[in-house]
Amino acid sequence: MRDTTKTKILKDAFIAATVTAILTVPLIGMRLKVESTGLTLHKDFMWPVIAVLVVFVARLVLPFLLIPKVSIPAAWSRKAADHRKWWLGAFVVLALVWPFTPLGSSTMLTAMTMAMIYVLLALGLNIVVGYAGLLDLGHAAFYAIGAYTYALLNVHFGFGFWEALLFAGLSAALFGILLGFPVLRLRGDYLAIVTLGFGEIVRITLNNWDSLTHGPDGINNISKPTLLGYEITRRARTEDGTTLWQALGIDYNNIYQQLVLYFIAFLLVVIAAFLINRLVKMPIGRAWEALREDEIACRSLALNPTMIKLTAFSLGSMFAGFAGAFYAAFLGSVTPASFGFIESAIILSIVVLGGMGSQRGVVLAALVLTLLPEFARGFAEYRMLIFGAVMVLMMIWRPQGLWPASRRRVELPS
Amino acid sequence: MSGNVAETAEKNVTDKQAKPVLSIRQLQMRFGGLVAVDNITFDVIEKEIYAIIGPNGAGKTTVFNCISGFYKPTSGGIMFGGADIAGRASHEIARCGIVRTFQNIRLFRNMTVVENLLVAQHAQLKTGLLHGLLNTRAYRKSEREALERAAFWLDRVRLREVANREAGNLSYGQQRRLEIARCMITQPKLLMLDEPAAGLNPQETVELDQLIRDLRDTCNVSVLLIEHDMSLVMEISDRILVMEYGQPIAEGTPEQVRHDPNVIRAYLGGE
Repeated sequence: MRDTTKTKILKDAFIAATVTAILTVPLIGMRLKVESTGLTLHKDFMWPVIAVLVVFVARLVLPFLLIPKVSIPAAWSRKAADHRKWWLGAFVVLALVWPFTPLGSSTMLTAMTMAMIYVLLALGLNIVVGYAGLLDLGHAAFYAIGAYTYALLNVHFGFGFWEALLFAGLSAALFGILLGFPVLRLRGDYLAIVTLGFGEIVRITLNNWDSLTHGPDGINNISKPTLLGYEITRRARTEDGTTLWQALGIDYNNIYQQLVLYFIAFLLVVIAAFLINRLVKMPIGRAWEALREDEIACRSLALNPTMIKLTAFSLGSMFAGFAGAFYAAFLGSVTPASFGFIESAIILSIVVLGGMGSQRGVVLAALVLTLLPEFARGFAEYRMLIFGAVMVLMMIWRPQGLWPASRRRVELPS
Repeated sequence: MSGNVAETAEKNVTDKQAKPVLSIRQLQMRFGGLVAVDNITFDVIEKEIYAIIGPNGAGKTTVFNCISGFYKPTSGGIMFGGADIAGRASHEIARCGIVRTFQNIRLFRNMTVVENLLVAQHAQLKTGLLHGLLNTRAYRKSEREALERAAFWLDRVRLREVANREAGNLSYGQQRRLEIARCMITQPKLLMLDEPAAGLNPQETVELDQLIRDLRDTCNVSVLLIEHDMSLVMEISDRILVMEYGQPIAEGTPEQVRHDPNVIRAYLGGE
C-alpha cells in the first residue's frame, strides 16, 4: 500500500517535470534576438533546468505537506471564534486611529478608501455567493449601475450624495430582481454564465449609450459627498453653500477631504456589515443557508427557492449599488472601463480568499487584495499572475478561506 | 381488476363516512417511452394511515414525487383540499399542507437540529425583513415562538438532548425522527413518509409505529406511507395499495391484501 503511494508520487513528479520541460524549454530556454547579422537563436538551458528541478521536488514534497491540512486551520479557527468580540473592537479602533498616525498619508488614505469600497462590494457579493451559494460573475454590473445612478442623478437633477445613495442602492437591487427573476431557476454553472453576460451587457451599454452616459468618456464633475450638510470641497458649489472647513474655521487642505471621504467609506462598511450580520441571523439568513445545503428539502417544506434566492441576489446587488454611488462620488467621475469583468473577478476572489460566508474573512481579504498591490508597486505587472497563484494555493490548502466563519448557531437553552 | 380496486375504495369511504383528504384519479407518469406509473386511483381519507407497497421499482416513489410536485404527472388528477394540485410547484403544494420525507434522508446536515426545525417554519413566519433588521418586539416574539414550537417538537420526538448538535451527526434513527418532526412543525394535513423504517432496528421500528399512530391521533393528520417493512405496514395501515410495474394490483385492508392472490404472486413469484 505504502509502496504504491510512493511509486505514484514519483510517477506524478516525473510527469510534472516532463510537462515543465516541454513548456519551459521553448518558452524560456530559447530566445530569438535581432542582431546586426539578422535573427539568431540563443539557447540557454539553465533556467529550464532549474524550473524542472523545482517542479520535480515540489511535486515530491507536496503530498506530504497536504496531509496535516486539517489540524492546524481547525485549531486556529476555533481560537478565532473565542475572540470574536476582541477582533471586532480592534478592527474598529485601528480603522479609526491609523489615519492620525504617520501612516495617514494621502496615498494611504486613497488606497484605504478604495479598499473600503471593495470591502463593501465583497460584503454584498458574500451574501449571494457565500450565504446563498449562487455563483455570480457579474457583480461589477450592479456596482456600475449604482455608480451611474448617482452620477446621472447628480449631474442632471442635482441630487446630493446621501439622497442619491438610496436610489443607487434601490436601482441596483431593482436590476438584480429584473435579472434574477428569470435566471435564478438556473443552476450553478448556467447562472454563472448568465451573470457574466449581464455584466458585459451593462458595461457595453454604458459604453455605447452616448446620449445618456457620454460613452467611454464617462461622466465628470460628480459632487463629493457632504458631511452633515456641509460640503467638503475647497469651495462650495453653490453661492449660498458652506464648506465644512468654513464651518470649522480651518483652512482647506486636500488631506482633510480625503480623511472625510475615508471615514464616510468606513461608515458605509460598518453599516453594511451590521445589516448583513443581522440578516444572516434572521429567518431569511437561515433560509439562504438551508437552500445552499439542500434545495429539494427546502421545496418540500414550502420554501420558495426563487423568492429566497431573489432576496439574496437583490440585497447583494443593493450593497454593490451603494459601493458604486460612493465610488462615483469619491472619484468625481465614472467611466465604463472601471466596471469590466476583471472587477467582478477581483470581488469574487476576495470572497473566496476570505472564506465564503465569513464576513470577517471577506473584510480581511478585501484589505489584503487591494492594499498589497499598493505596497508592491514593483510587481504591478504580475498582479494578476500572483492573484491566480494565490487562488490555486488557497483552493489546495485552505478551501474554507483565510478566516472562515464560525457558524453562528441558534441555541436552544435547556 | 381495476374495477375491483375502485369498488373496495368506495366501500371503505362509505364505511367510515369520512371525506377524502387526497384523491388520486387515473394518475399516469411517463418518462419518454417508459410508463413509470399508470392507472393509479385511490383516496386517503381523514386521519387514515394509507400505505403503498410493492416490489422495488414498482413506481411507489414516483407516485410520491407526483403528489408532492417534484414530478409533473403526464395525466390524471390529484385532488387536495378541493383543488386539483397536479403539476403545481412543489413548494406551493407543501404550502397547501402536504409535506413529505425522503427515502434517503434530506436534512440540512450542517445546521443544528433546532435550526432544521426553524427553517421548516419559514413559510409560516409573518414578520418581514424590516422587522428583523430593526429587531422589533413583533420580530423577537415571532422568533421566540418559533423556538418554542421547535422545542415542543423536539420533546415529542425525543431529540431535546441533541437539539444543538449538527443534524448530520445524529444517529440514523434520530435523523428519521427529526425529518418527521420537521414535517410536522409545518402543521400539515397530509404527511407522506417514504420508507420511514428503512435502516431502523426492530426497537426503533416499534417506536416509529407508535409515533406515527400518535401523530395521526393527536395532530389530525392523514398519513401516506411507502414501506418495505411488512410487519410495520400490516400493523399500522388502515388500507394498503399494492403496486407492481407501475400498475395497481390490489387495494384493501391489510387482511384483504394479505390474502389477495395477485399480491401473493407478485411477492412470492409463481404463475
